[in-house]
This record gives sequence, C-alpha cells and structure tokens, in this order.
Amino acid sequence: MEFNSKLMKDLSNCFSPSGREKNVREFITNEIKDYVDEIKVDALGNLIARKKGTGKKILFSAHMDQIGLIITHVDEKGFLRFSNVGGINAKELLGFRVVFDNGYEGVICSEKLEEKEKITFNKLYIDVASTSPDFVKTNFQIGDMCVFQSQYYETEECVICKAADDRIGCYILIEAIKNYSETETDVYYVFSVQEEVGCRGAVTAGYGINPDICIALDVTATGDSLDGIKMDVKLDGGAAIKLMDKSLITHPEIKDLLTNLAKENNIKYQYEVLEFGGTDAGAIHTTMSGVPSGVISIPTRNLHSCSEIFHKNDVLECIKLVNAVTKQ
Amino acid sequence: MFLKELTELCGVSGYEYEVRNYIKNKLTEIGCEFYVDKLGNVIAHNKGKKTKTIMISAHMDEVGLIVTHIDSNGFIKFKNVGGVDPKVLNSKVVLIGENKVPGVIGSKAVHLMSQEERGKAIPIDKLYIDIGADSKDEAEKKVNIGDYVAFKSDYVEFGDNLIKAKALDDRVGCSAILELLAMKLDVDFYGVFTVMEEVGLRGAITAAYALQPDFGIVLEGTVSADMPEVDEHSKSTLIGKGAALSIIDNSTVYDIDAVRNVEKIAKENNIPYQFRKSSSGGNDAGPIHKTKEGAKVIAISVPCRYIHSSVNVASKNDYKSVVELTKTVLLEQCK
Repeated sequence: MEFNSKLMKDLSNCFSPSGREKNVREFITNEIKDYVDEIKVDALGNLIARKKGTGKKILFSAHMDQIGLIITHVDEKGFLRFSNVGGINAKELLGFRVVFDNGYEGVICSEKLEEKEKITFNKLYIDVASTSPDFVKTNFQIGDMCVFQSQYYETEECVICKAADDRIGCYILIEAIKNYSETETDVYYVFSVQEEVGCRGAVTAGYGINPDICIALDVTATGDSLDGIKMDVKLDGGAAIKLMDKSLITHPEIKDLLTNLAKENNIKYQYEVLEFGGTDAGAIHTTMSGVPSGVISIPTRNLHSCSEIFHKNDVLECIKLVNAVTKQ
Repeated sequence: MFLKELTELCGVSGYEYEVRNYIKNKLTEIGCEFYVDKLGNVIAHNKGKKTKTIMISAHMDEVGLIVTHIDSNGFIKFKNVGGVDPKVLNSKVVLIGENKVPGVIGSKAVHLMSQEERGKAIPIDKLYIDIGADSKDEAEKKVNIGDYVAFKSDYVEFGDNLIKAKALDDRVGCSAILELLAMKLDVDFYGVFTVMEEVGLRGAITAAYALQPDFGIVLEGTVSADMPEVDEHSKSTLIGKGAALSIIDNSTVYDIDAVRNVEKIAKENNIPYQFRKSSSGGNDAGPIHKTKEGAKVIAISVPCRYIHSSVNVASKNDYKSVVELTKTVLLEQCK
C-alpha cells in the first residue's frame, strides 16, 4: 500500500473546527459511501459507517474536528476578538495565520504589551487585512470560527500539515474501509465530532452503538525531538499501542489483542504511555456497562500547532493493525 | 411574571424544596401535568402538536453556603455551595436552615488585620456568621451543622425597568417556563425545573436521560459585564440589550444552525437579542446535548449583573424578550 498524499492533503485542508464539522463530514461521506453497508449522521453530527457482521461489535473512532478560534466580538475598527475552541495556549498564537470557512484569512496580533509572558486571549485580536469596518462587519460575525492556516508539505518520509490531529486518524479509517476484507465482525467506523472540547461526540456515538470493544485512532506526542517531552514514542517507530493517558488505562485484553496481532502480522509497533491528554476511547470505555477499549496512536511532533509532523510509515502500519483487528 | 415570589424563596443546591413546592402549586393552578423525579427535578408536560421531543430547562437552585462548624462562642463557620466569590460575602444578611434563622456574615475589624491581610479579599475560612448567640449551646438550639444558608435580599424594582433580587440566576428561567406553560401553546414540550445546576449540572443529567429530547432549550440568567473599566470586547452581555444567545461555553458548542435560526426568528419578530460574548461558564445544555444518542441545544439568557451574589440586577425588558423569543422558537418547531 502506498501513502495516498492527495487524500491526506484534502482531509487536512477541510475546514472543520469543533462543532462545525460539516465540510470534513461531507468529504469523508463521499470517500466511503460506496464501500460500507450503512452510513448515518447522529444528532451531534457524528458520521457512523458500518460493515455489517454477525460477530462481535467493534467500534473504531477517529475525530473529525480540529482546534480553532471563535469570534466573540467585532470592534468598531474592524478587528476581531476571539476565544479558543479546544486546547490552545494564548502565548503561542502571535503571528499565526488563520483561515475562515468563507476563505478569508487573517493574522493574530496583540495589543501593546509590556511583557509577552502576560498574553491572554482578551489582549489578542485578528487583523483580517481590511481598512473597511463595513467590509469586516459584512463578512465576519460573532460565532464564526477560524482555524490555523498552513500549507501541506511532504517529504519522502514525513508530512507536515495542519489538523493532522486527527485527520490522520480519519485517513487511516478511510483506507481501512477501502481495504476491508470479508469477516464476521460487526464493524462500526465512527468519525466523531467535538473531541477537542471534551470528547463529546464519542459519548453519544458510544451510547448509540454500545460496542463490545472500542479502538480509537488518534495522534500522540513523541519523545524524539528537542521539545522536552520525555516518552519513548518516536516517528517511524511503528503504530503506537497506547497503554495509558489521562482518560484511559487500556484494557489488558485490548493491549494483548493489539500486541499479538502486530506480532502475528509483522506490523511494526511501539508502546505508548502519555502523561497528558485523552481520546475518544476515554469517553467510550465507561459507556453503559463498560467497553474494553484501547487506542492505536500515530506518533506526531508539534501537536496542536499549525504544522504537525508525522511519518508515513507509521500510518501504513496503523492501517494494517486496524484491519488485523477487524479480521479477528 | 413570577419573579418577585420566586426570588423571595430559598433554594440552595440540593435543598430546592421551597422553589419546587411553589412551582408544583403553580403547575396545579395552570392545570399542567407534572411529576417529580428521584433527584427532585420537576418535569412538566405541555401537550400539543408534536414534531420532536423538546425539553425546556431552567434550574431551581441558587448558590449559597452550608454550615460546617459552630465555635465555642456561638459563631458559625461555613463553606460555599456552588461558585461564590468570597469578596461578595462580608457584611451580607443571610437566612439559615428551614427556620430561616437570620444572621450576618462578619469578619474581624480592619484595624485588627495584618498589613498583608488588608486590601485583600477575606478568604471564606476567615469569615463567620453571627446569629446573635453568645454560646455554642445557644447557637445549637437554632442551627445545625449541614444547614443551608441563603442570601436574604428583597426584590426591588428600580431604574429603567430593572430589578434587584437574589437568585435571578436562574429564577428568571423558572419564571419564564411557568409563563410558557401557562400560555397553553399548541406545541408539545417538557418544561423542566432542574436541581443542583450550580454544583455541576447534576439534575439535568437524570431529567434528560428520562426524556431523551431531540431539542433542548436552556433558559438561564447569565453573567453581564457591562460595568466601568471593562473593555468593550470583554462585556459578555449587556443589560437591556435583549435576550442573550449562547454560541459556546465550557459545557457546550451550541449547534450553529439552531443558533442562527433563533437569530433569524428574533430579527423577523423584532425581538431584541444579543450574543453572549464569553466562552466561559456552563449550564444544563452540557449534559442535555450529550445524553444517550445526543440532542441539539440552544441557550437563551437574561443578562444579570453581580451574578452569584446577593444583589443580582436584571432588566424586565430582557426577561420579556427571553419569554417572547422562546415562545416564538417553540411555535416555529411545529411549522
């Protein structure tokens, strides 16, 4: 299997911050609708596809949303005030380019500050490069969201793009669906909403499906760069089998299942212990009377920035592992 | 409008019975079917034309205090129930327990404070309630550990259609739902009066589980920050500028199509509205939209100054806008 650069680029460029996942949902629907038995959208906007089977119910989940910003105020001069949607540090935003659903772009600026360390959201604003307050008021409204803007870039090994968290998870599930081989397992592929604001979509999707097991596909941090994060996960180290994060202690049976399948199928893997963060699996494992859950993670550098970096080989290993689980 | 009666009742989280009894009586008067669930939520049903399950929710509880200790001199120590800023507590009149024992919150005099203590908010554990008892024995005749403490604050109308009272958050919502139920609209909806919102949106969890709504409308009293020395963009809502529509908060990303639809309805019907410009806080919409397989939610609020203190200030005009807008939104659901 080759890495499908066009698919990844298109996914990354879909504008879909938390709660506004329409674009990416439509894109994924078009990609997979001819390959699945059932497809539906629930009340919160989760896209739920199914390959029917008579065996155990498996739920795979990857989230469609990305972190972003939301306009809270349009001032008299035509500058936009905003708040965060998902985990964003105000101190790291200065100079970032942002793009809106209507295609307009802007740059994040700050009021004059004595100390940069004191930057908070209410001192920042977006300049949309217009001298006309009327133009701004016509095209930007309170409640509009924007996301970080950056160009997709690829080397022989790696990809740099925005929203790799978690379009790469979506990519893996799309490719897994397209390379599905017949099995008795009843497989649900959930493309969830609002993960970045607290795994909210996964709560209702998990309830609606009530699966026997759940595997989330999401990015994880790495310890192989100079940013000071201490962990053993590295790019090109293979699919990362999560053992623990803030939201989940991987069920021992799921850990064994994923490890054994990786060994049997010569899939390169590494174990992951993450000291922060959580995924959809955290929300789903406590659904109803409980769901043994785990996560297949994609090692990613520079998380929650406009330019996240992952390795194509790891992605291919993750797809193999997903389909190995499906075949069980 | 039932605001005067409702704000004169005590209903600190977990102890909403006065408010609940009042609402039950009103519902009986109106002739509206209702039941009370195990946590104490009142769930009323307005029967009518049904296209989907609609749940309108407002919380009965208010922030307050709870008695934790009575000292040897008869002074009463307490902790907060819900989010109460210690800065708003000193020198306030309160009512304790079922018998509404009056007391005042006190602290040591300023000349006895150290340089460090002066000019700073007095932390809650340095405050006490004085009920006029001069010994522990005497105090214990009137007050028990675990008694709830509510602010005492009269309902007063002043200024340009403004009201001052306690617990406008969220008796404005309770009053609005009662009005909507009394209208006997030909729209099927549940009017839900929830408990324990202020301690973590708890009542709404069980009410939404039982009703499984498709569409939730939360009516709230929300923070207004239209006072001096606040930047224009930090004024979350403005008093007198209409019903406040929520877009995002810590509990919910509101369904944008539903929000824009409410905005359209407000415009078409000339109902004053504004957007809530803050992304902090949370309300019953959080649990409602995540219940079972999920629901679409909106929140429509009355802006309140000095929220979570003994002297909330709100505008009767905004309250009327909330009632009018909610009514129009309800009627729209059947079109």
